[in-house]
Amino acid sequence: MAVTDTSPGWLGKSIKRKEDDRFIAGRGNYIEDINLPAMLHMAILRSPYAHARINGIDASAASALPGVVAVVTGELLAQHKLAWMPTLSGDTQAVLATDKVRFQGQEVACVIAEDRYVAHDALELIEVDYEPLPAVVDPFAALDDGAPLIRDDKDGQTDNRIYHWEAGDAEATERAFAEADRVVTVNTHYPRSHPAPLECCGCVADVNPASSRATIYMTSQAPHAIRTVFALVAGLPEQNIQVISPDIGGGFGNKVPVYPGYVVATAASLLIGRPVKWIEDRTGNLISTGFARDFHMKGELALTNDGRMLGLRVKMLSDQGYAYADAQPSKLKAGLFHIVTGSYDMPAAHVITDGAYTNKAPGGVAYRCSFRVTEASFLIERLVQSAAYDLGIDPVELRRKNFIRSDQFPYTSATGFVYDSGDYEGALDLALEKARYSELRAEQAELRKEGKLIGIGIASMTEALGAGPSRDYDILGIKMFDSAELRVHPTGKAILKLGVRHQGQGHETTFAQIVAHELGIPPDDILVHEGDTDNTPYGLGTYASRSTPVAGAAAAMVARKLRDKSKKIAAHLLEVAEEDLEWEIGKFSVKGAPDRSKTIQEIAFAAYTDHPPGMEAGLEGAHYYDPPNLTFPFATYIVVVEVDAETGEWKPRQVVAVDDCGVRINPMIVEGQIMGGLTEGFAMSAMQQITFDEDGNCIGANFMDYLLPTAWETPHFDLYETCTPSPHHPIGCKGVGESATVGSPAAFVNAVVDAVAHLGVRDVDMPVTSGAVWEAIQAVKGTG
Amino acid sequence: MHRSITVTVNGQSRTAEVEPRMLLVYFLREVLDLRGVHVGCDTTSCGVCAVLLDGVPVKSCTMFAVQADGRSLTTVEGLASNGQKHAVQEGFKEEHGLQCGFCTPAMMLVASALLEENANPSESEIRWAISGNLCRCTGYQNIVKAVQHAAATLNPQPASGRTT
Amino acid sequence: MFPSQFEYLAPTTLEEALSLLAEHAEDAKVLAGGQSLIPLMKLRFAAPAMIIDINGVPGLSHLQEDRRGRGYLRVGALVRNAALERSELLKSRYPTMAAAAPLISDPLVRNQGTLVGSLVHADPQGDWGSVLLALEGEVVAKSTSGERRIPATSFFDGPFTTVLRSDELAVEARVPAPGPRSFGTYLKLERKVGDFATVGVAVSVSTERGVVTRAGIGLTGVGPANIKAVDAEQALVGHRLTGKAIQQAAHLAAAASEPRSDVRGSADYKREVVRVYVARGLHQAFDAKAA
Ligand SMILES: Cc1cc2nc3c(=O)[nH]c(=O)nc-3n(C[C@H](O)[C@H](O)[C@H](O)COP(=O)(O)OP(=O)(O)OC[C@H]3O[C@@H](n4cnc5c(N)ncnc54)[C@H](O)[C@@H]3O)c2cc1C
Ligand code: FES
Ligand code: FES
Repeated sequence: MAVTDTSPGWLGKSIKRKEDDRFIAGRGNYIEDINLPAMLHMAILRSPYAHARINGIDASAASALPGVVAVVTGELLAQHKLAWMPTLSGDTQAVLATDKVRFQGQEVACVIAEDRYVAHDALELIEVDYEPLPAVVDPFAALDDGAPLIRDDKDGQTDNRIYHWEAGDAEATERAFAEADRVVTVNTHYPRSHPAPLECCGCVADVNPASSRATIYMTSQAPHAIRTVFALVAGLPEQNIQVISPDIGGGFGNKVPVYPGYVVATAASLLIGRPVKWIEDRTGNLISTGFARDFHMKGELALTNDGRMLGLRVKMLSDQGYAYADAQPSKLKAGLFHIVTGSYDMPAAHVITDGAYTNKAPGGVAYRCSFRVTEASFLIERLVQSAAYDLGIDPVELRRKNFIRSDQFPYTSATGFVYDSGDYEGALDLALEKARYSELRAEQAELRKEGKLIGIGIASMTEALGAGPSRDYDILGIKMFDSAELRVHPTGKAILKLGVRHQGQGHETTFAQIVAHELGIPPDDILVHEGDTDNTPYGLGTYASRSTPVAGAAAAMVARKLRDKSKKIAAHLLEVAEEDLEWEIGKFSVKGAPDRSKTIQEIAFAAYTDHPPGMEAGLEGAHYYDPPNLTFPFATYIVVVEVDAETGEWKPRQVVAVDDCGVRINPMIVEGQIMGGLTEGFAMSAMQQITFDEDGNCIGANFMDYLLPTAWETPHFDLYETCTPSPHHPIGCKGVGESATVGSPAAFVNAVVDAVAHLGVRDVDMPVTSGAVWEAIQAVKGTG
Repeated sequence: MHRSITVTVNGQSRTAEVEPRMLLVYFLREVLDLRGVHVGCDTTSCGVCAVLLDGVPVKSCTMFAVQADGRSLTTVEGLASNGQKHAVQEGFKEEHGLQCGFCTPAMMLVASALLEENANPSESEIRWAISGNLCRCTGYQNIVKAVQHAAATLNPQPASGRTT
Repeated sequence: MFPSQFEYLAPTTLEEALSLLAEHAEDAKVLAGGQSLIPLMKLRFAAPAMIIDINGVPGLSHLQEDRRGRGYLRVGALVRNAALERSELLKSRYPTMAAAAPLISDPLVRNQGTLVGSLVHADPQGDWGSVLLALEGEVVAKSTSGERRIPATSFFDGPFTTVLRSDELAVEARVPAPGPRSFGTYLKLERKVGDFATVGVAVSVSTERGVVTRAGIGLTGVGPANIKAVDAEQALVGHRLTGKAIQQAAHLAAAASEPRSDVRGSADYKREVVRVYVARGLHQAFDAKAA
């Protein structure tokens, strides 16, 4: 329910998206649409084993097939020192396997051929001599003494442990637990999942042998960072690499890392001297790229009998697959997981995290998530509900009692975050009112008498995003600022260039609105350009909800710089002092003489035709924005589900979302983000998971097994908002692209558990299948 | 090996030589250069490849081009007529029925076929009709609204309460 | 996504189709709706040397009732699932089929996929097999050497295998017309639209003066092939549809299932769903006044 804003300016206006016209005409320009003259096609041979030694690869038959140009193996890449590459977490990952394969689906060889049919025909002709090894599937077992060593390629790596990292105050937390009346525990696994945008990954690499220039079109959410990595890995001069990220068919974190396919296609183009296209298939996408989550978490909450939270203790083991490849700030081993105290005034907290290697795909991408805040939010919101049952307090009251109060901001959390602003009770109250919470509780009690089950689940999430202040946040040393370049042309039309890259978030519209709001040039007159490293300023990219908090701020700031210059030009044109001018959106006028004014368009023209002597011509500028802090959006989600007592089947009946992301630039787009996020939250809670059998075979590397909800299962959403601006963002925004994915899974799970809580059920792991609900009921029947 | 086929695509007759193993989706994309039709999976699950075959939505990744010989196809490129957007296209833009746009051409084609059959579909009829098409971005709610918007444009309801 | 090479044949008469089949039986695959065969070919799990596309063969698109004798429904080999979903004839006279049709795959796949193709494909998770078992249907197969009618009960021969010979074309499926007081339904537990059944249950009951004269129960997804729950059926015949009779039949059906534990649920769970669904289906039959 977007609130229509009638105030002047362009913030809060649900204008229609500028980018839509090309998409609805079928004229989007996605990676698969890019074809270059003399282009070759690449297909990847993948390992059938989770763990095996490679004794040899015979590609002679494949190479001999007419139409095959080359077969690339790890051995060939090793000759060029390209067999391994760095991950975004400073580990290494094989481009093509040389010594061993370490997960099922790992890239073993690539065929480069004149067309894709021949490339796939040739894959069947490659013979690989594998010697299967025992696979390590369980991350706990991976850390046992004597577990098979996965990374025997790494000097000094003697076990499967990757990292150990702690946050918070262990001693203070121990004291809190010692004083507690009660300790509530939740043990849960946030399952391995996959962002699975509908467009898979892909690239067209075009290395021109004559000019040595590499133009790489690729599905990348972070083209600048990728270019830098390519320069470092391949030793190519950075100015000779142009990464172009065309329209992206969804990213959700999947398209942040560098994948072997990109590297081999680029290397092949370099070696062969012709463009090489690689389009990933869905199996390849799900089995090898960008998995997410897979945290085994134990959370303990210390409370007094009257429901005051005293402390939180969390132990987490992360199943990283065979390489530590999380896309996240380098200083933080488990990302922002230590936001796990959530919306609560938690006097003490201690978080212990460990990472383990297993024979699974690497990744750990921030799937619609600001670096692990999703797992954290889930854990604390599950804990709160369990605590409420144990204490016999309504989950609403328990939350209310422990929320960080509005007057406590800026609030420093026990793990060190400084929350910028919030009004958690406000969001909760509105959600309760809209969901008619007290009526629901009465209905639930009535229905139980008839043997019918409904459950009400709440999540009051707070997340931390917009990385970030460069003192704390960098990826492989590159600080996490972002940038904007703005040029206003003589006719008053503008082009805004950004270092981020949207994948459906509507930047072409919202960022134009920001500039429109600051300068008064209508959004239709502003072209937003992203995703081409030659033609946009450096930035870290679009993920972790950082575009509006960081790049959006940069856009506002650069517009303000231009406004300052415009003022000087206006003063010159109107022959008054700058102090005598006042700004209203779109023009400067003389104080007290409003008819003496110059519009921004007139000023822009003058910037090229009649600028003051001594001033540089033109109206353009750049701004690199380094945020002073993260932003902390929050929300309350309430989900009502119906559960079939006999079969465990459940479905959502009502979903109420109250989001507070500060100022909304374009409410229509914000709501689109929230509904998309809620749907992924629902998907996560109900059906998404990638599992493995005991030999490490991946179950679920296709859409028949890795389930995405259709319109039929997806519930209807009722959206509401409160607005608590960020005090440190230039226009008060906090970011919203991921809030609902972060916060809503707990609401869905809490709702299902709530429906059967009276039977004694406290926990059902995700995905909450009907079978899992039924098993949970059976388990308590015996004890009850 | 190759076979000559003639297909009417968006009202135009097109003839081409194709290998039997060429899937219809690649015929449209690569032989006819109609790029609005996409590929999103290997298992006939996602529906981003949907086109209309004699007016009926089908997954063009699960049909060989040779099977379309003699038949009539509509793709997103054929939705607009005389430079005028189809009501479904308008609806998707007006109601923010798309984000990344990857599922959009297929969604719009399926929606247009639904509206041919049912001028005034309910929310649940729309959800049912598009349940062979995944969208990862929108959460579907605005797609439902987009289709309703198109229905209202194509079939304006007489304003209620007015007597003539 | 890039199938192996094959030769494509598109016969335009039944005779031509049958003689092509006779000639190439070992190398050829029939292509009907293609919604099972083409996905397998795309992943190169199947790589037939030759495809015989029957979509241009006239006389295979009939969906009609033959009223001779007890009467029966005829479903031609090219009748799409979408046509079955929309059929008023099915809604009024063949409720088990009417209930199953919309639950098979998704709307776009239903526009192409066929009932007969589904039977020949013989996926243990396929829905039509259990429907045909419950309704005691049959498959009509033709070859150059003649025609035979194969009862559903002997048609399936294990996962993805049937007794159909490779030179035979299944030209139609037949389902006996229901008696005057008949009811049936199909209940399916699926995780989402387009998912194969975790459990599917086909139920069909005919009664005379409140006593069950014929009962059919077919189970999907809980064994190496679709299962006909014969004990449960027999336990109903000759009795009234009382709560007790229903419970007993439901238990027997659950006992007849042979589920395996997997990501969709444990074997115990699936067996329990069989029990619950059979009971629900029979209760619906009772409520529909088949009794
Ligand atoms: C995403 C998806 C979801 C699905 N979900 C379900 C589901 O929930 N339940 C379900 O039951 N099915 C499901 N299916 C399968 C679908 O219903 C198929 O269409 C059906 O099983 C096969 O019918 P077809 O006409 O497409 O056969 P085809 O794919 O054309 O053929 C299948 C097999 O049967 C043979 N064959 C076909 N017709 C004949 C004939 N007349 N004579 C001799 N041989 C023949 C072929 O040679 C081939 O081996 C699903 C399919 C997909 C793609
Ligand atoms: S590409 Fe996914 S259904 Fe056709
Ligand atoms: S808009 Fe991105 S998949 Fe639908």
